[in-house]
Amino acid sequence: MAADLVTRTVGTLPRTTPASPGPGKVPEAPRNTRPRRWGAALWALPPVLALGLFFLYPLALVVRQSLQPDTGGTSLRPYADIFASEAFRHALWTTVWLASASTAGCLVLGFLLALVIAFVPFPGAKAVARFIDVYLSFPSFLITLALLFVYGTTGIVGSFQFLTTPWGVLLAEVTYFTPFVMRPLLAAFGQLDTAQLEAAGSLGARAPRIVRQVILPEALPALAAGGSLVLVLCLNEFGIVLFTGAKGVTTLPMLVYSKAILESDYPGACAVAVVNVLISVGLYGLYRVVSRRAGA
Amino acid sequence: MLVHSRKARWAVWAVFLVLFLLLFALPLLVVLGASFATHWSGVLPSGMTTANYRVATRGEALEALTTSLVTAAVASLLALTVGTWAALAGAALRKRYRRLLDALFVLPVAVPSVVVGLSVLVAFSQPPLLLNGTRWIVIVAHTVLVTAFAHQSVSAALARLDPAFEQAAASLGARPSYVLLRVRLPLLLPSLTAAAGLCLALSMGELSATMMLYPPDWTPLPVLIYAATDRGALFTGSAVAVVLMAATLLVLLAVSRVRTRASYR
Repeated sequence: MAADLVTRTVGTLPRTTPASPGPGKVPEAPRNTRPRRWGAALWALPPVLALGLFFLYPLALVVRQSLQPDTGGTSLRPYADIFASEAFRHALWTTVWLASASTAGCLVLGFLLALVIAFVPFPGAKAVARFIDVYLSFPSFLITLALLFVYGTTGIVGSFQFLTTPWGVLLAEVTYFTPFVMRPLLAAFGQLDTAQLEAAGSLGARAPRIVRQVILPEALPALAAGGSLVLVLCLNEFGIVLFTGAKGVTTLPMLVYSKAILESDYPGACAVAVVNVLISVGLYGLYRVVSRRAGA
Repeated sequence: MLVHSRKARWAVWAVFLVLFLLLFALPLLVVLGASFATHWSGVLPSGMTTANYRVATRGEALEALTTSLVTAAVASLLALTVGTWAALAGAALRKRYRRLLDALFVLPVAVPSVVVGLSVLVAFSQPPLLLNGTRWIVIVAHTVLVTAFAHQSVSAALARLDPAFEQAAASLGARPSYVLLRVRLPLLLPSLTAAAGLCLALSMGELSATMMLYPPDWTPLPVLIYAATDRGALFTGSAVAVVLMAATLLVLLAVSRVRTRASYR
């Protein structure tokens, strides 16, 4: 998943431009291109309409509903209500710091693990990389389900309290999202010329210095891309938090769910949803800009 | 090549192995172990049984498995069609419009899935299109969520496609529809199957949007797993989770077999 996003922005090769017309050919007249452009635009219309009907129109309705409190009329009342509520501010803070901490953890851990797989190869390293691909295709809540046994009331370690704190969610998120950082990193490491490492090594540089001065600069675009993707995914993570069954940890997606489904407070849920969308779309736009810059 | 002394290399491998096993292998092994157990109060699970699987492979769970498979298949097929269409149409557009189209189709990745669920619920619980309470509302939500990934992988593959092929075909007098069907789509087939695998896996594990809008008679497997753990039936839940993992792996295996055949053509 992450690799696709990265190849999309980082790894795309420039499209080779068609060869210029030969000496005997008349260059294409500009008036010929106009009908073709219109045709191309017409072909793009059906998928855009489908997206509009099933994605953009529903989102617009959410924004509209967030401006229509149950008391009737149109007002910013739902926004004023949620910003005034302690629960919302707490959820906002929890979401942001959990996502930032998880991303930092994933970056450090993913960089170290990918480093070993790529540069201290061992028999079976290929199998480990394959395992990571499989791991990515499993849903996130499986990690929390496993942690319920490890830290459950009658579990292996046996401290149920741990899971109901943000630290349990943090552990689960780092565990699940680290492979999302490792995949683009492994792809970037695969393109690194190992002669550079040999040269640095033969000139007397030790491993930490090679990592810092040779590998890290090469890995920065992949780290930036993977890290910001994980940040967005962590901000939006729901399954991991839901499965802890904790009342103590409420993130924004969790608040949307509980307001809409458990309390049937749709205007409130929609207002929280709009805030959540603004945060994550803003960050995702930043991610696209950063990874395009880094790749260019 | 980075660590030269033998001792240091073994130390690095040992740390890697411990981290890797603890973080990635242990959770899956714990779920697998629990699915065969009735108690887990020590280091190892106890009371070995296959009774959990008897519950997890019939009745409600079997129905949920079919629900998940059907939802994933329909949603992936729709998403691949729309995503590929958009990618192909986008490739013919001018750069500025192509960027706009790409941004539009990538948006569902950035919007939280819970919010996608909420918006679909709000929009299709009212006329003109009433889908609430039917299975179609789940399928619509899944399709919206996976279309972005289908579009991204197809348009990435399209950008790497050598334009010489289609130009050669066109210069030999092939009509655009012939070039599309006999040249471009066959060349894209490997990445199309890869995208299909991604969509299927994502849809089968989707929980966030589904929790917002599933009707009682269309319960996918992840919802069933949540329901089981929520009422405290952790061991049954694990068995259902193992069934979900196995089904996902089998589907991915089948898709990758198609892919190998496609890339050998």
